[in-house]
Amino acid sequence: MTDQRSQAEIVRQSLKRRYRKERRFRLYGILAIFIALASLFILFADIIGKGHTGFVKTTITLDVPLNSDAMYLDDPTDKDQISMADFSAPIIAALQTHFPEAEGGSARRELARMVGSYAPSEVRRLLEKNPELLNTTQTMEFLAHDTVSVYVKHADNPSYSIRLSERQQGWVDELVEKGVIDTSFNDVLFSRGDSREPGNAGILGAIVGSLLTMLVTLAISFPMGIAAAIYLEEFAPQNRITDFIEVNINNLAAVPSIIFGLLGLAVFIGLFGMPRSVPVVGGLVLALMTLPTIIISSRAAIKSVPPSIREAAEGIGASKMQVVLHHVVPLAMPGMLTGSIIGMAQALGETAPLLLIGMVAFIVDVPDGFFSSATVLPVQIYLWASSSEQGFVELASAGIMVLLAFMISMNALAIWLRKRLERRW
Amino acid sequence: MNMNESISRAADNSDETVMSAQEPEAETRREDIKVEEGKTVGVPYADDPKFKLRNVEVFYGEDRAIKDISLDIARNEVISFIGPSGCGKSTFLRCLNRMNDSIDICRVKGQLMLDDEDIYHSKKDVVELRARVGMVFQKPNPFPKSIYDNVAYGPRIHGLANRKSDLDEIVENSLRKAGLWDEVKDRLDATATGMSGGQQQRLCIARAIAVSPEVILMDEPCSALDPIATAKVEELISEMSETYTIVIVTHSMQQAARVSHRTAYFHLGHLVEVNETTKVFTSPEHELTESYITGRFG
Repeated sequence: MTDQRSQAEIVRQSLKRRYRKERRFRLYGILAIFIALASLFILFADIIGKGHTGFVKTTITLDVPLNSDAMYLDDPTDKDQISMADFSAPIIAALQTHFPEAEGGSARRELARMVGSYAPSEVRRLLEKNPELLNTTQTMEFLAHDTVSVYVKHADNPSYSIRLSERQQGWVDELVEKGVIDTSFNDVLFSRGDSREPGNAGILGAIVGSLLTMLVTLAISFPMGIAAAIYLEEFAPQNRITDFIEVNINNLAAVPSIIFGLLGLAVFIGLFGMPRSVPVVGGLVLALMTLPTIIISSRAAIKSVPPSIREAAEGIGASKMQVVLHHVVPLAMPGMLTGSIIGMAQALGETAPLLLIGMVAFIVDVPDGFFSSATVLPVQIYLWASSSEQGFVELASAGIMVLLAFMISMNALAIWLRKRLERRW
Repeated sequence: MNMNESISRAADNSDETVMSAQEPEAETRREDIKVEEGKTVGVPYADDPKFKLRNVEVFYGEDRAIKDISLDIARNEVISFIGPSGCGKSTFLRCLNRMNDSIDICRVKGQLMLDDEDIYHSKKDVVELRARVGMVFQKPNPFPKSIYDNVAYGPRIHGLANRKSDLDEIVENSLRKAGLWDEVKDRLDATATGMSGGQQQRLCIARAIAVSPEVILMDEPCSALDPIATAKVEELISEMSETYTIVIVTHSMQQAARVSHRTAYFHLGHLVEVNETTKVFTSPEHELTESYITGRFG
C-alpha cells in the first residue's frame, strides 16, 4: 500500500512538472507568433504609411494664354518654328495672372519651377495637334513640380525637406486655397513607364514587363517541371543516374539566384546572342530558377497519391501511361499547381538574376512584346528606392504595395485552385 | 533448407528442450512441425485447370517469400487461400495477375500458366492479362469519380464499348451482378467515395467484372467490412462462381468454409495442404493445418 501511494505521489509530482513544461512550451509558441505578427504589422504600417501618398498626384490647373508673340510662334505646323518656340512663356504668363507682382528674371524662374519640367512640352503637343488654338486661352492641367508636390503632401512631415523658397511657399499656399493646386488619384502611376521626374513616373512599364516575364517563365517551367516530376516519379528506373539527377535537382533549388543570372548572361546572351534586358531572357532565367521548386513539389504531390488508387487502375488492366494520366496526375494536380504558383510568386519577386541580364536599365516605354526592353516590378522598386529625388521614396513604397498585391492575389489563386481541385477519398 | 534456416531451427529446438523440461506435458509447438519443401498434401492438381502453377518461387531481394509451390486452379471453382499473417498467400495471389511487377525487388520464378499460356513470358502483355484476371483489394478503393465512371473505366480503356448505349448496358449489368444496381441506379453520377464501405467494395467488384474477366482474385475482400456487408459480398461470390474462377485470400476461416470449393493452407511460404474445403475443416491431413484451424496458433 505505502509503495503504491508513494508511486502515485511521484507521478503527481512529475505531472506538475510536465504541465509546467507544456505551459512554457505553449508560451514560446504564442510569443513566436506574436513577434511574427508584430513584425508583419510594422512592415505593412511602414510601407502603407510611406506609400499611400504615392497613389496621389498634385496638379495645377491653369488658363493658359497661347499667345503667339510670347511664344515666338506664328505657325504651329512649321517644324522649325516649333523647335525654336518658348512654350514655358504661356505657363509663366498664366501663373502671373494669379501673382501680378511676380516680375523679373528670378521670379519668372521660380514660377516656371512650379510645374513639372514636362509642362512646356504638353503645351507644344497641344498646339501641334490643334494649330487653330493659337492665340486662344486654354484651360490645362499640369503635374506640379516635384518640390511643390512634396510641399503640398508633406509640409508638416519632418522627414521631408522642403526645397521651395519662402516666396514659392506663399504662392503654393495661395494656389491651394484657390483650388488651382489640387490633389487627386494618381492615374499616371498606372498608365506610364518610368521617368526621371517622380510625378511623371509610372509603374505600368514594370507591371507589363513582369507579366511578360512571368508568362515566359510559366510557359517553360510548368510543363517542363511537371513532365520531369512525372518521369522521375513514375517511369525512371531506380539507379545511380536517377539518384544523381535527384541530388542535383535538390541542390539546384538551393543555388543562390544570382548564379542563375550569371548563367543566363553567359548562355542566353553570350552564347545564343539574345538581346539584353528583354522579357524572354528574364523569363528563361527565372524558369531555370523555378524548375527545381516545381519538380520537387510536383514529385511530393505525386507521391501523396494513395497507392490503392494505382493498384485499382492497374488491377483493371490500365497501362502505366493510363494509370498516370487518368488517375495519378489528376489527383496530384492541386499539389502541383500550388507548388508551381508558389514558385512563380518567388520568381515574381526575384531581382538579382535580372540585374545581371540588364533588366535594370532605365526604360521609359511600356514594353510591347517579349523582345522589347523591359524592367520588372522588384527591379523598378529597387531603381526608385535608390533615386535621389524625394518623390521617388513614396513611389518605391507604392510599388511595393502593387507588388504585394500581385503576390497576394497569386497566392489566393493557388489556394482557390487547390480547394476547387482537391478530391477527398 | 538453407543454412540460416537450419541454424534458427536448431536454436528453436534447443529452446524447446529447455521449455519441455519445465513443462513436460506441453503441446506440440508449430515450430516443431516440419514442412517438407515442395511437398503439398491433399489434392493440389486438377484436370484441365484454368491456372497451372508449377514450382513457383518468389523473392523479395534475397528473401524467399514463396518456396516451391505447385498448384492447379480449376475452372469455375472458388479456391480460398488461408494461413497466418506473412505466410505468403497474398504474395502468391498477386503473382496470378502480375501485380508484383510494380515492386522493383520482387522476382518470380517457376511456371505460371493461364490456359496453357505462360503469364510471365517476356512477350506476354500484362495489360491483356489483367483484363482476363481481375482483382478486388482488401480496402475498397473506388476511384474518386462517379459511380458510373468507376464501372465504365475498364470497358473504356479496353475499348469494349463503342457506343454510349453499350457502355450503359455494361455498367448496368455489372452493377446488377454485384447486387448494387437497385441501391445506386438513381445516383450513378454521385461520387463513389460517398458510399458506405460495403457498397464501395461491391462497386469494386462490379468494376472488376465490367471487363468480363475469366478469373477474379480477391485479396481479403471483406476484412474492412461489417458482418452484414460481408454476408452480401459472400453471397455475391457464391453467385459469381457460376461464371468466374475465383481465388480468394481470407483471414476468416468461416468465410473460407462458406464460399470456397477448395481451400489451400499456406505456412511460411510453403503450400502445406490443399483439399476440398469440407475435408480441410473437418479432417485436415496435415498437422499444421489442423493446429491452425483449431485455433492453436494463428
